[in-house]
Amino acid sequence: MNFNLYKYILGISDNSLILGQRMGALTGHGPSLETDIACTNISLDLFGQVRSYYQYAAKIADDGRTEDDIAMLRKEREYLNVLLVEQPDTDFAFTMARQFLFDVYHLLFLTELQKNKDLTLSAIATKSMKEVSYHQRFSSDWIKRLGDGTEESHLKMQDAIDTLWTYTDELFHQTEADKIMVSEGIGVDVTKLKDNYYQKVNNVLEEATLKIPESKYFQKGGKEGIHTEHMGYLLSDLQYMQRTYPNMEW
Amino acid sequence: MLILTITEQNIDNHLIPILAQVSDPEIPVLSIMDMGVVRSAIIENDVVKVQITPTYSGCPAMDVIGDDIKKALQEAGYESEIELILSPAWTTDWITPKGRKDLERYGIAAPLEAEADKEALLGEKKIVKCTNCGSTNTRLVSQFGSTACKAQFQCNDCQEPFDYFKCLK
Repeated sequence: MNFNLYKYILGISDNSLILGQRMGALTGHGPSLETDIACTNISLDLFGQVRSYYQYAAKIADDGRTEDDIAMLRKEREYLNVLLVEQPDTDFAFTMARQFLFDVYHLLFLTELQKNKDLTLSAIATKSMKEVSYHQRFSSDWIKRLGDGTEESHLKMQDAIDTLWTYTDELFHQTEADKIMVSEGIGVDVTKLKDNYYQKVNNVLEEATLKIPESKYFQKGGKEGIHTEHMGYLLSDLQYMQRTYPNMEW
Repeated sequence: MLILTITEQNIDNHLIPILAQVSDPEIPVLSIMDMGVVRSAIIENDVVKVQITPTYSGCPAMDVIGDDIKKALQEAGYESEIELILSPAWTTDWITPKGRKDLERYGIAAPLEAEADKEALLGEKKIVKCTNCGSTNTRLVSQFGSTACKAQFQCNDCQEPFDYFKCLK
Protein backbone atom coordinates (compact mmCIF):
# COMPACT_ATOMS: atom_id res chain seq x y z
CA MET A 1 0.00 0.00 0.00
CA ASN A 2 1.00 3.60 -0.46
CA PHE A 3 1.60 4.34 3.22
CA ASN A 4 2.30 8.03 2.66
CA LEU A 5 -0.95 8.55 0.78
CA TYR A 6 -2.82 6.64 3.51
CA LYS A 7 -1.30 8.84 6.21
CA TYR A 8 -1.88 11.91 4.13
CA ILE A 9 -5.59 11.15 3.80
CA LEU A 10 -5.89 10.58 7.56
CA GLY A 11 -4.13 13.89 8.15
CA ILE A 12 -6.87 15.63 6.21
CA SER A 13 -9.86 13.63 7.38
CA ASP A 14 -9.09 13.30 11.10
CA ASN A 15 -9.60 17.06 11.37
CA SER A 16 -13.15 16.66 10.09
CA LEU A 17 -13.82 13.64 12.32
CA ILE A 18 -12.69 15.32 15.52
CA LEU A 19 -14.32 18.67 14.80
CA GLY A 20 -17.45 16.78 13.71
CA GLN A 21 -17.42 14.95 17.06
CA ARG A 22 -17.09 18.24 18.96
CA MET A 23 -19.98 19.84 17.07
CA GLY A 24 -22.10 16.69 17.21
CA ALA A 25 -21.65 16.50 20.97
CA LEU A 26 -23.54 19.80 21.20
CA THR A 27 -26.74 18.17 19.99
CA GLY A 28 -29.39 19.24 22.46
CA HIS A 29 -27.00 21.62 24.20
CA GLY A 30 -26.85 24.54 21.76
CA PRO A 31 -27.65 28.02 23.11
CA SER A 32 -30.83 28.16 21.02
CA LEU A 33 -32.74 25.66 18.93
CA GLU A 34 -31.59 27.20 15.64
CA THR A 35 -27.94 27.31 16.68
CA ASP A 36 -28.17 23.78 18.01
CA ILE A 37 -29.45 22.60 14.63
CA ALA A 38 -26.74 24.56 12.83
CA CYS A 39 -23.98 22.91 14.89
CA THR A 40 -25.47 19.49 14.23
CA ASN A 41 -25.73 20.22 10.51
CA ILE A 42 -22.09 21.26 10.38
CA SER A 43 -21.18 18.08 12.22
CA LEU A 44 -23.18 16.02 9.73
CA ASP A 45 -21.41 17.63 6.76
CA LEU A 46 -18.03 16.93 8.35
CA PHE A 47 -18.90 13.29 9.10
CA GLY A 48 -20.13 12.87 5.54
CA GLN A 49 -16.80 14.14 4.23
CA VAL A 50 -14.95 11.88 6.64
CA ARG A 51 -16.79 8.82 5.32
CA SER A 52 -15.63 9.53 1.78
CA TYR A 53 -12.01 10.03 2.90
CA TYR A 54 -11.96 6.93 5.15
CA GLN A 55 -13.56 4.75 2.47
CA TYR A 56 -10.73 5.81 0.20
CA ALA A 57 -8.13 5.27 2.94
CA ALA A 58 -9.55 1.78 3.62
CA LYS A 59 -9.23 0.96 -0.06
CA ILE A 60 -5.60 2.06 -0.06
CA ALA A 61 -4.77 0.24 3.20
CA ASP A 62 -6.43 -2.89 1.75
CA ASP A 63 -5.98 -4.82 5.00
CA GLY A 64 -9.58 -5.72 5.68
CA ARG A 65 -10.36 -2.65 7.75
CA THR A 66 -13.47 -0.63 6.96
CA GLU A 67 -14.19 3.09 7.23
CA ASP A 68 -15.67 2.41 10.69
CA ASP A 69 -12.55 0.61 11.89
CA ILE A 70 -10.43 3.57 10.86
CA ALA A 71 -12.74 5.98 12.66
CA MET A 72 -13.28 3.98 15.85
CA LEU A 73 -10.42 1.58 16.44
CA ARG A 74 -7.27 3.66 16.48
CA LYS A 75 -5.27 4.71 19.52
CA GLU A 76 -4.87 8.35 20.44
CA ARG A 77 -1.36 8.57 19.01
CA GLU A 78 -2.65 7.35 15.65
CA TYR A 79 -5.04 10.26 15.14
CA LEU A 80 -3.41 12.95 13.06
CA ASN A 81 -5.75 15.92 13.53
CA VAL A 82 -4.47 19.35 14.42
CA LEU A 83 -4.70 20.43 18.07
CA LEU A 84 -7.14 23.23 17.24
CA VAL A 85 -10.10 20.98 16.43
CA GLU A 86 -9.88 18.94 19.66
CA GLN A 87 -10.08 21.99 21.95
CA PRO A 88 -13.10 21.90 24.29
CA ASP A 89 -16.33 23.90 24.25
CA THR A 90 -15.34 26.16 27.12
CA ASP A 91 -18.27 28.38 26.15
CA PHE A 92 -20.11 29.20 22.93
CA ALA A 93 -17.50 31.79 21.96
CA PHE A 94 -14.88 29.02 22.01
CA THR A 95 -17.09 26.77 19.90
CA MET A 96 -17.51 29.44 17.25
CA ALA A 97 -13.89 30.68 17.39
CA ARG A 98 -12.62 27.10 16.94
CA GLN A 99 -15.01 26.60 14.04
CA PHE A 100 -14.07 29.90 12.40
CA LEU A 101 -10.30 29.45 12.76
CA PHE A 102 -10.64 26.02 11.17
CA ASP A 103 -13.23 26.95 8.49
CA VAL A 104 -11.01 29.65 6.97
CA TYR A 105 -8.15 27.15 6.70
CA HIS A 106 -10.44 24.34 5.54
CA LEU A 107 -11.85 26.31 2.62
CA LEU A 108 -8.38 27.48 1.48
CA PHE A 109 -7.10 23.92 1.76
CA LEU A 110 -9.99 22.36 -0.17
CA THR A 111 -9.67 24.97 -2.91
CA GLU A 112 -6.14 23.65 -3.50
CA LEU A 113 -7.03 19.99 -2.97
CA GLN A 114 -9.70 20.34 -5.64
CA LYS A 115 -6.96 20.89 -8.26
CA ASN A 116 -5.43 17.55 -7.30
CA LYS A 117 -4.42 15.00 -9.88
CA ASP A 118 -5.72 12.30 -7.54
CA LEU A 119 -9.30 12.24 -8.83
CA THR A 120 -10.85 10.83 -5.66
CA LEU A 121 -9.36 13.53 -3.44
CA SER A 122 -10.33 16.14 -6.00
CA ALA A 123 -13.94 14.87 -6.08
CA ILE A 124 -14.24 14.89 -2.27
CA ALA A 125 -12.75 18.39 -2.13
CA THR A 126 -15.15 19.76 -4.75
CA LYS A 127 -18.12 18.31 -2.90
CA SER A 128 -16.92 19.49 0.51
CA MET A 129 -16.10 23.04 -0.57
CA LYS A 130 -19.73 23.84 -1.18
CA GLU A 131 -20.60 22.77 2.34
CA VAL A 132 -17.63 24.39 4.04
CA SER A 133 -18.37 27.77 2.47
CA TYR A 134 -21.68 27.68 4.38
CA HIS A 135 -19.84 26.77 7.58
CA GLN A 136 -17.46 29.67 7.16
CA ARG A 137 -20.30 32.08 6.54
CA PHE A 138 -22.03 30.88 9.71
CA SER A 139 -18.97 30.99 11.97
CA SER A 140 -17.75 34.36 10.62
CA ASP A 141 -21.17 35.75 11.34
CA TRP A 142 -20.94 34.67 14.99
CA ILE A 143 -17.43 36.10 15.38
CA LYS A 144 -18.88 39.46 14.32
CA ARG A 145 -22.07 39.17 16.36
CA LEU A 146 -20.28 38.31 19.57
CA GLY A 147 -17.18 40.44 18.95
CA ASP A 148 -19.21 43.49 18.02
CA GLY A 149 -22.03 42.66 20.46
CA THR A 150 -22.28 43.47 24.15
CA GLU A 151 -19.35 44.20 26.44
CA GLU A 152 -19.65 40.68 27.87
CA SER A 153 -19.87 38.89 24.52
CA HIS A 154 -16.91 40.91 23.24
CA LEU A 155 -14.78 39.87 26.23
CA LYS A 156 -15.70 36.22 25.79
CA MET A 157 -14.97 36.18 22.08
CA GLN A 158 -11.67 37.97 22.58
CA ASP A 159 -10.72 35.43 25.24
CA ALA A 160 -11.61 32.54 22.90
CA ILE A 161 -9.58 33.98 20.01
CA ASP A 162 -6.61 34.74 22.28
CA THR A 163 -6.66 31.23 23.75
CA LEU A 164 -7.08 29.34 20.47
CA TRP A 165 -4.62 31.51 18.54
CA THR A 166 -1.71 29.40 19.75
CA TYR A 167 -3.06 26.45 17.74
CA THR A 168 -3.38 28.24 14.39
CA ASP A 169 0.23 27.99 13.24
CA GLU A 170 0.15 24.19 13.26
CA LEU A 171 -2.28 24.28 10.33
CA PHE A 172 0.66 25.33 8.14
CA HIS A 173 3.16 22.86 9.52
CA GLN A 174 4.23 20.09 7.13
CA THR A 175 4.76 16.50 8.28
CA GLU A 176 7.13 14.13 6.48
CA ALA A 177 4.16 12.46 4.76
CA ASP A 178 2.94 15.91 3.67
CA LYS A 179 6.32 16.78 2.17
CA ILE A 180 6.51 13.52 0.26
CA MET A 181 2.98 13.92 -1.07
CA VAL A 182 3.71 17.50 -2.11
CA SER A 183 6.82 16.33 -3.97
CA GLU A 184 4.70 13.72 -5.73
CA GLY A 185 2.29 16.42 -6.84
CA ILE A 186 -0.63 15.11 -4.77
CA GLY A 187 -0.31 16.95 -1.49
CA VAL A 188 -1.25 20.57 -0.92
CA ASP A 189 1.64 22.78 0.14
CA VAL A 190 0.03 24.23 3.27
CA THR A 191 2.91 26.63 3.91
CA LYS A 192 1.66 28.63 0.93
CA LEU A 193 -1.79 29.12 2.47
CA LYS A 194 -0.51 30.89 5.58
CA ASP A 195 -0.45 34.56 4.45
CA ASN A 196 -3.85 34.33 2.84
CA TYR A 197 -5.23 32.63 5.97
CA TYR A 198 -4.13 35.30 8.42
CA GLN A 199 -5.27 37.99 6.01
CA LYS A 200 -8.79 36.54 5.89
CA VAL A 201 -8.94 35.85 9.62
CA ASN A 202 -7.67 39.30 10.51
CA ASN A 203 -10.24 40.98 8.26
CA VAL A 204 -13.09 39.31 10.11
CA LEU A 205 -11.54 40.03 13.52
CA GLU A 206 -11.20 43.70 12.64
CA GLU A 207 -14.78 43.88 11.48
CA ALA A 208 -15.76 42.22 14.76
CA THR A 209 -13.84 44.96 16.66
CA LEU A 210 -11.57 42.25 18.09
CA LYS A 211 -7.84 42.61 18.72
CA ILE A 212 -5.59 40.44 16.58
CA PRO A 213 -3.48 38.45 19.05
CA GLU A 214 0.21 39.33 19.00
CA SER A 215 1.53 36.18 20.65
CA LYS A 216 4.23 34.46 18.64
CA TYR A 217 4.20 31.31 20.75
CA PHE A 218 2.51 28.43 18.95
CA GLN A 219 1.67 24.85 19.93
CA LYS A 220 1.94 21.94 17.57
CA GLY A 221 2.00 18.14 17.72
CA GLY A 222 -1.42 16.90 16.65
CA LYS A 223 -0.31 16.18 13.11
CA GLU A 224 2.32 13.83 14.58
CA GLY A 225 -0.19 12.20 16.93
CA ILE A 226 0.89 14.13 20.05
CA HIS A 227 -2.34 15.58 21.39
CA THR A 228 -3.53 17.86 24.17
CA GLU A 229 -5.13 16.31 27.24
CA HIS A 230 -8.62 16.95 25.84
CA MET A 231 -8.17 14.36 23.12
CA GLY A 232 -8.36 11.36 25.45
CA TYR A 233 -11.70 12.49 26.88
CA LEU A 234 -13.03 13.13 23.40
CA LEU A 235 -11.99 9.69 22.18
CA SER A 236 -13.45 7.94 25.21
CA ASP A 237 -16.81 9.39 24.14
CA LEU A 238 -16.29 8.74 20.44
CA GLN A 239 -15.10 5.16 20.90
CA TYR A 240 -17.24 4.20 23.89
CA MET A 241 -19.63 1.86 22.07
CA GLN A 242 -16.89 0.04 20.17
CA ARG A 243 -14.78 -0.40 23.31
CA THR A 244 -17.69 -1.60 25.40
CA TYR A 245 -19.33 -3.80 22.78
CA PRO A 246 -16.57 -4.71 20.31
CA ASN A 247 -17.78 -5.17 16.72
CA MET A 248 -21.26 -3.97 17.55
CA GLU A 249 -23.38 -2.76 14.66
CA TRP A 250 -26.56 -0.73 14.46
CA MET B 1 -17.20 2.40 -2.77
CA LEU B 2 -15.41 3.58 -5.84
CA ILE B 3 -15.66 7.22 -6.64
CA LEU B 4 -16.30 7.69 -10.30
CA THR B 5 -16.63 10.65 -12.48
CA ILE B 6 -19.40 10.74 -15.00
CA THR B 7 -20.01 13.48 -17.46
CA GLU B 8 -23.70 13.14 -18.20
CA GLN B 9 -26.86 11.48 -17.06
CA ASN B 10 -27.43 8.10 -18.65
CA ILE B 11 -30.73 6.52 -17.72
CA ASP B 12 -32.43 3.63 -19.50
CA ASN B 13 -35.95 4.67 -20.65
CA HIS B 14 -37.49 1.48 -19.27
CA LEU B 15 -36.27 2.29 -15.79
CA ILE B 16 -37.49 5.88 -15.57
CA PRO B 17 -41.06 5.09 -14.39
CA ILE B 18 -39.73 2.71 -11.73
CA LEU B 19 -37.12 5.13 -10.42
CA ALA B 20 -39.62 8.00 -10.50
CA GLN B 21 -41.66 6.22 -7.79
CA VAL B 22 -38.81 6.50 -5.32
CA SER B 23 -38.76 9.67 -3.27
CA ASP B 24 -36.44 11.37 -0.83
CA PRO B 25 -37.57 10.08 2.61
CA GLU B 26 -37.22 13.55 4.08
CA ILE B 27 -39.11 15.25 1.24
CA PRO B 28 -41.67 12.57 0.30
CA VAL B 29 -43.29 14.66 -2.47
CA LEU B 30 -40.07 14.92 -4.42
CA SER B 31 -39.11 12.06 -6.71
CA ILE B 32 -35.40 11.24 -6.80
CA MET B 33 -35.60 11.68 -10.57
CA ASP B 34 -36.81 15.27 -10.16
CA MET B 35 -34.18 15.82 -7.51
CA GLY B 36 -31.44 14.87 -9.96
CA VAL B 37 -29.65 12.44 -7.67
CA VAL B 38 -29.84 9.54 -10.14
CA ARG B 39 -26.90 9.99 -12.50
CA SER B 40 -27.08 6.76 -14.42
CA ALA B 41 -29.16 3.58 -14.56
CA ILE B 42 -28.37 0.94 -17.13
CA ILE B 43 -29.23 -2.74 -17.57
CA GLU B 44 -26.16 -4.94 -17.88
CA ASN B 45 -26.54 -8.74 -18.05
CA ASP B 46 -29.97 -8.55 -16.39
CA VAL B 47 -28.62 -6.47 -13.52
CA VAL B 48 -29.55 -2.82 -13.17
CA LYS B 49 -26.57 -0.65 -12.27
CA VAL B 50 -27.62 2.59 -10.66
CA GLN B 51 -25.34 5.48 -9.77
CA ILE B 52 -26.61 8.06 -7.31
CA THR B 53 -24.93 11.19 -6.00
CA PRO B 54 -25.53 12.74 -2.57
CA THR B 55 -26.98 16.23 -2.21
CA TYR B 56 -24.79 16.86 0.85
CA SER B 57 -21.89 14.59 1.89
CA GLY B 58 -23.47 13.63 5.18
CA CYS B 59 -27.03 13.30 3.91
CA PRO B 60 -28.42 10.36 5.94
CA ALA B 61 -31.16 9.91 3.32
CA MET B 62 -28.69 8.46 0.81
CA ASP B 63 -28.57 5.00 2.40
CA VAL B 64 -32.37 4.89 2.55
CA ILE B 65 -32.67 6.09 -1.04
CA GLY B 66 -30.28 3.32 -2.13
CA ASP B 67 -32.38 0.70 -0.31
CA ASP B 68 -35.64 2.11 -1.71
CA ILE B 69 -34.28 1.99 -5.28
CA LYS B 70 -33.27 -1.64 -4.76
CA LYS B 71 -36.73 -2.46 -3.45
CA ALA B 72 -38.57 -0.68 -6.28
CA LEU B 73 -36.45 -2.42 -8.90
CA GLN B 74 -36.90 -5.77 -7.20
CA GLU B 75 -40.68 -5.37 -7.30
CA ALA B 76 -40.37 -4.69 -11.03
CA GLY B 77 -38.35 -7.88 -11.39
CA TYR B 78 -34.84 -6.46 -11.57
CA GLU B 79 -31.77 -7.21 -9.55
CA SER B 80 -29.67 -4.14 -8.95
CA GLU B 81 -26.39 -2.71 -7.76
CA ILE B 82 -26.23 0.78 -6.31
CA GLU B 83 -23.12 2.90 -6.41
CA LEU B 84 -22.54 6.26 -4.76
CA ILE B 85 -20.56 8.73 -6.83
CA LEU B 86 -19.23 12.13 -5.79
CA SER B 87 -18.14 13.74 -9.01
CA PRO B 88 -19.45 15.84 -10.59
CA ALA B 89 -20.86 17.16 -7.33
CA TRP B 90 -24.63 17.54 -7.11
CA THR B 91 -25.99 21.01 -7.68
CA THR B 92 -29.44 22.48 -7.10
CA ASP B 93 -29.50 23.17 -10.87
CA TRP B 94 -30.25 19.49 -11.31
CA ILE B 95 -33.65 19.81 -9.62
CA THR B 96 -36.16 19.75 -12.49
CA PRO B 97 -38.83 22.47 -12.98
CA LYS B 98 -41.42 19.92 -11.84
CA GLY B 99 -39.27 19.19 -8.79
CA ARG B 100 -39.17 22.89 -7.92
CA LYS B 101 -42.98 23.08 -8.13
CA ASP B 102 -43.32 19.97 -5.96
CA LEU B 103 -41.02 21.52 -3.36
CA GLU B 104 -43.04 24.75 -3.23
CA ARG B 105 -46.29 22.83 -2.92
CA TYR B 106 -44.83 20.92 0.00
CA GLY B 107 -43.92 24.18 1.76
CA ILE B 108 -40.24 24.40 0.89
CA ALA B 109 -39.10 27.49 -1.04
CA ALA B 110 -37.08 26.46 -4.10
CA PRO B 111 -33.41 27.51 -4.35
CA LEU B 112 -32.54 30.93 -5.78
CA GLU B 113 -29.54 31.60 -8.02
CA ALA B 114 -26.13 31.71 -6.28
CA GLU B 115 -25.83 35.51 -5.89
CA ALA B 116 -29.43 35.96 -4.77
CA ASP B 117 -29.04 33.01 -2.40
CA LYS B 118 -26.10 34.68 -0.70
CA GLU B 119 -28.02 37.94 -0.28
CA ALA B 120 -31.00 36.05 1.12
CA LEU B 121 -28.92 34.05 3.59
CA LEU B 122 -27.02 37.08 4.80
CA GLY B 123 -30.36 38.79 5.37
CA GLU B 124 -29.43 41.58 2.94
CA LYS B 125 -32.46 41.30 0.71
CA LYS B 126 -35.98 40.06 1.14
CA ILE B 127 -36.33 37.82 -1.89
CA VAL B 128 -37.34 34.40 -0.59
CA LYS B 129 -41.01 33.89 -1.30
CA CYS B 130 -43.29 32.60 1.44
CA THR B 131 -44.66 29.21 0.40
CA ASN B 132 -47.95 29.94 2.15
CA CYS B 133 -48.95 33.44 0.98
CA GLY B 134 -46.37 34.26 -1.70
CA SER B 135 -45.10 37.42 -0.01
CA THR B 136 -41.38 38.21 -0.21
CA ASN B 137 -41.59 40.10 3.08
CA THR B 138 -39.82 37.23 4.82
CA ARG B 139 -36.90 36.94 7.19
CA LEU B 140 -34.10 34.49 7.79
CA VAL B 141 -34.48 32.61 11.09
CA SER B 142 -31.43 30.37 10.70
CA GLN B 143 -28.95 29.55 7.95
CA PHE B 144 -29.32 25.90 8.88
CA GLY B 145 -32.62 24.07 8.91
CA SER B 146 -34.21 20.74 9.66
CA THR B 147 -31.93 19.00 7.16
CA ALA B 148 -28.48 19.85 5.77
CA CYS B 149 -29.95 21.20 2.52
CA LYS B 150 -32.31 23.75 4.03
CA ALA B 151 -32.42 27.10 5.88
CA GLN B 152 -35.27 28.37 8.07
CA PHE B 153 -37.36 31.39 7.15
CA GLN B 154 -40.47 33.04 8.50
CA CYS B 155 -43.01 35.21 6.69
CA ASN B 156 -43.51 38.67 8.21
CA ASP B 157 -46.97 38.96 6.66
CA CYS B 158 -48.71 35.65 7.37
CA GLN B 159 -46.21 34.53 10.07
CA GLU B 160 -45.80 31.11 8.44
CA PRO B 161 -42.46 29.48 9.29
CA PHE B 162 -41.04 27.61 6.29
CA ASP B 163 -37.93 25.94 4.90
CA TYR B 164 -35.81 27.30 2.07
CA PHE B 165 -33.80 24.88 -0.04
CA LYS B 166 -30.28 26.39 -0.13
CA CYS B 167 -28.56 26.94 -3.46
CA LEU B 168 -25.65 24.55 -3.93
CA LYS B 169 -23.32 25.16 -6.87
